[in-house]
Amino acid sequence: MMQTNQLLLIFCSVLLILGLIAFFVGRSKAANLRASGTSMYAQPDQYAWFAVLSTAGPAVLVGVLGAFVLLLLGAEIHPLYLLSASLVVAAAGLAVGVVQVRANFHARKAIERVIRWVLAGAALISIFTTFGILFSIIAEALRFFQMHSFWEFITGTTWNPGASFLAAAGRGDGSGAQFGSVPLFAGTFMITLIAMLVAVPIGLASAIYMSEYAPTRVRTIAKPLLEILAGIPTVVYGFFAAITVAPIIVNIAGFFGLDASYNNAVAPGVVMGIMIIPFISSLSDDVINAVPDSMRQGSLALGMTKGETIRDVVVPAALPGVISASLLGMSRALGETMIVVMAAGMRPNLTANPLEDMTTVTVRIVAALTGDQEFESAETLSAFALGLVLFAVTLSLNLVSVIMIRRFREKYRVNNL
Amino acid sequence: MNSMNSQATVQTPGQSAERVEQQTPAVGQPYTRNSEASHDLSIRVRDLNLWYGKSQALSNISIDLFQKNVTALIGPSGCGKSTFLRCLNRMNDLIPSVNISGLVEMDGRDVNAAKMDEVALRRRVGMVFQKPNPFPKSIYENIAYAPRMHDMVSRKADQDELVEKALRDSGLWNEVKDKLHEPGTSLSGGQQQRLCIARAIAVQPDVILMDEPTSALDPISTATIEDLMDKLKEQFTIVTVTHNMQQAARVADYTAFFHLGEIIEYNDTKVMFSTPAQKKTEDYISGRYG
Amino acid sequence: MSDSFDQISQQLKRRHRKSARLKWLSMGALGLAGLFLLWFFTDMLIKGLPAFQQAYVETEISYSEEASTDARQAIDSDLIPIVSRTEIRSIPRLLRNEPDLIGSSETLWLLANSQVDQYLKGQRNKLSDEEIATVDRLVESGQVTQKFNSTFFTQGDSKTAESAGILSAVVGTIMTMIVTLAIAFPIGVMTAIYLEEFAPDNRFTQLIEININNLAAIPSILFGLLGLAIFINFFGVPRSSPLVGGMTLALMTLPVIIISTRTALRSVPESIRHAAFGLGCSRWQVVKDHVLPLAMPGIMTGSIIGLAQAMGETAPLIIVGMVAFIPDVGASFTEAATVMPAQVFTWASEPEKAFVEKTAGGILLLLTILISLNASAVILRKKFERRW
Repeated sequence: MMQTNQLLLIFCSVLLILGLIAFFVGRSKAANLRASGTSMYAQPDQYAWFAVLSTAGPAVLVGVLGAFVLLLLGAEIHPLYLLSASLVVAAAGLAVGVVQVRANFHARKAIERVIRWVLAGAALISIFTTFGILFSIIAEALRFFQMHSFWEFITGTTWNPGASFLAAAGRGDGSGAQFGSVPLFAGTFMITLIAMLVAVPIGLASAIYMSEYAPTRVRTIAKPLLEILAGIPTVVYGFFAAITVAPIIVNIAGFFGLDASYNNAVAPGVVMGIMIIPFISSLSDDVINAVPDSMRQGSLALGMTKGETIRDVVVPAALPGVISASLLGMSRALGETMIVVMAAGMRPNLTANPLEDMTTVTVRIVAALTGDQEFESAETLSAFALGLVLFAVTLSLNLVSVIMIRRFREKYRVNNL
Repeated sequence: MNSMNSQATVQTPGQSAERVEQQTPAVGQPYTRNSEASHDLSIRVRDLNLWYGKSQALSNISIDLFQKNVTALIGPSGCGKSTFLRCLNRMNDLIPSVNISGLVEMDGRDVNAAKMDEVALRRRVGMVFQKPNPFPKSIYENIAYAPRMHDMVSRKADQDELVEKALRDSGLWNEVKDKLHEPGTSLSGGQQQRLCIARAIAVQPDVILMDEPTSALDPISTATIEDLMDKLKEQFTIVTVTHNMQQAARVADYTAFFHLGEIIEYNDTKVMFSTPAQKKTEDYISGRYG
Repeated sequence: MSDSFDQISQQLKRRHRKSARLKWLSMGALGLAGLFLLWFFTDMLIKGLPAFQQAYVETEISYSEEASTDARQAIDSDLIPIVSRTEIRSIPRLLRNEPDLIGSSETLWLLANSQVDQYLKGQRNKLSDEEIATVDRLVESGQVTQKFNSTFFTQGDSKTAESAGILSAVVGTIMTMIVTLAIAFPIGVMTAIYLEEFAPDNRFTQLIEININNLAAIPSILFGLLGLAIFINFFGVPRSSPLVGGMTLALMTLPVIIISTRTALRSVPESIRHAAFGLGCSRWQVVKDHVLPLAMPGIMTGSIIGLAQAMGETAPLIIVGMVAFIPDVGASFTEAATVMPAQVFTWASEPEKAFVEKTAGGILLLLTILISLNASAVILRKKFERRW
């Protein structure tokens, strides 16, 4: 590691020096040319920058490519060779850059072409990220499905990875391990359902109040306050759900003579719902505001009360947007991790009783990837299989949501949504 | 200009502001002329003033509107005719900065009184807007919705009948009878506007206010709606705002000319367009400004 | 002829009541959300504020010969169950480093143990009746008292509650955020400039756009899976390090920065671009010299919000191993470190009761930082907001 650091340092400092040389030589040459009365296509500074680019660009490219080949493909190249190779390229680039300082050379256009490519390259990174996620998850998930059947994973009702790490360690054959994900998804959907039952009515009703009833002053205060709910870190919600809300749920259940676990699904569900309120309220608020006033007036002019107008005309008109907001909120609830890790249970439990402890997909992903386990074990890889399903589900929810909001936008020709 | 701002200047048709100033206001008296149309008073307006914040939009409006007639409000844009129209069913309540003084009387009741329920008022004074605004519901529901909420129909058969009648009255029935359950927004602009008229008449109001109902439509649709207005006045009192003088001349029994928030002249349409009493009216009608 | 006003009003009564009910219902919903916010903050303050106070014991330490092997000889035997074990354990080390001290004695305020601390704060504790009597006596005589808990801000994590502090997590957070910003800010701004100012409107650009919106909605834990599979397993970036954590969070922050930068760029009116083009500027010069400076406040606001979001994120960091026990303040981007929310998570999973207040204390600090960041973003936006 130290050696790589030193090499990197040498590379950077030499490159810096060469770059400076390129800049000043390029500029003075261009200035001389100009002083001699030749009319030129660009400013001396632009020639200077072109020289710097032609020095550093190819050299960095060679260096990065070399390092990539070295690290990934395990090619036997001595780092020193790589260093000297890239520095030679830098020197060559310097020479080319200085030679190119000619009156009829479009230095500015050349620079801008490079800038354009660099910007486009930056834009590609977001694509790489998505494909990176997809690729890494699919690759590992495929390895998992080589060990365990896909069918069992989708339909099995027992999640018991216990014996798999022994198999990975070479002891036992791992036959005792079972990876039926149904109880995990059941738990996830139960908690998501509770969250949506809290978030959708409160979020929608708050949005209705803010857009239809509230005086401007209340609105300007209430909106950012609601946004605070969305800004609270999920780990904090998790702590709150586990320490404060769960015991209250247990007490309330006890009051009605019901037996509730401290890791019940209600506490994380309710807290998650509260977290999602601002997602739903702020988008619904925007959408309700975008419903044209002529709709409201049309209804009021028929002798409808304000409440009827809102219930029967405004909300139905805004419905695609509200559904879209709810789908986004739902996708957030499905993928939410910290609240369930801290407040929900660890035990896969296929039950319809929300007062029992149950676990979720994200909890099992975290459980599988923390602790000292072999990466190769089926349990670790199962995390990626779970992640793949999670990715697919949230992606489809997001896409449907985007399509619905686009429909709404086209219908009422609103552009700011 | 009307110099009698401090005094009640009631305008009944046939009497311009100048001519009426020394007379006792013709309150509740039907204007009579050689016409077979009935002339019962529908809405009586006295000394109506309206301010948006500090700027006055209507000053001392006094006018009698008669039942089962079409009254057209004309005037250059910004003259207050739409604002006045919206006073008649209190749609201006929706704008927080509006202040109103004066009397708008219907059925012997002050429309602006605290005790008056504006929802009840709008039930009797319907409105059709400049741009067609059908609800995001089916054609059928667009019409059936309000009567159902008003408990006007209880059985499904009654409801069907009412929808059909409203659509027939608005001349839309033959065009839409096969697609009653398609969204109202799927119709053409002119059809949408007639749907909005059907929606308004379905609740059986006394008065229908129309705020430039044809300004967003093509000439053919406009003609259809003008014919419709002519038919509807047999059942309803119609007050329409228009910036199209030919339209006023074609459809209206009475016409009021608004200018800068005041009524300059209010008269029988034929009289108004042939021998206007006021120079301003004459200038406007002959297209010298507007 | 329709019904009279009175008849209609009569029919309307029920409907007006219903209408009013909707108003109160919707107001109640907003109130409920507000009430929850109030409850949440009160609860956190009640649980967390005591963490900033800590019981100290005034102790006479005699640095005798025996104390260098058996530290318990150094202080009064009564005080041994009261003083923090970490303080006692440090005595032999101190004497090894400074043998000159042997034979002397001094009186210092030492950290009390967490049980005493909890007892003084009225919480449940495991002190015996005898120990409680001793503590009461010492409180009476002023030898045990609560002071501002500087340990919390100057120490790293510890397994003993009284000497656990958040400093290593704060430093870890700063280092991670440096990495995140260093990656996400330039790439995000460059992407936004490309999409807004340069990109042709074709399939490819639309793909990038859809992709960015999608990226913003992918569950954060999946970014952790990416970090684990690609950064750690593929590229060999050291596990648990601020480098890998920062890189993972950078990918998450990227869409936030891109989206807000695009909004900022779009709000710069087209007329300014036309004016600059008219002066013979090239596209890049227009962007660099005219559009970017005007869009800067918006870009900064978006970046601060993205930063605050990344700062509160835990799930992907668990996956890349940043939830670790880190007693020492880190100094390198490639060594194991922890961040504030991860520290909160670690403390929350400690079984000892005294860690509850540490957790809540950490939460208060984290919330204070996040709220001030967001507030500064709002102020920045207000200050530079321009209507064209």
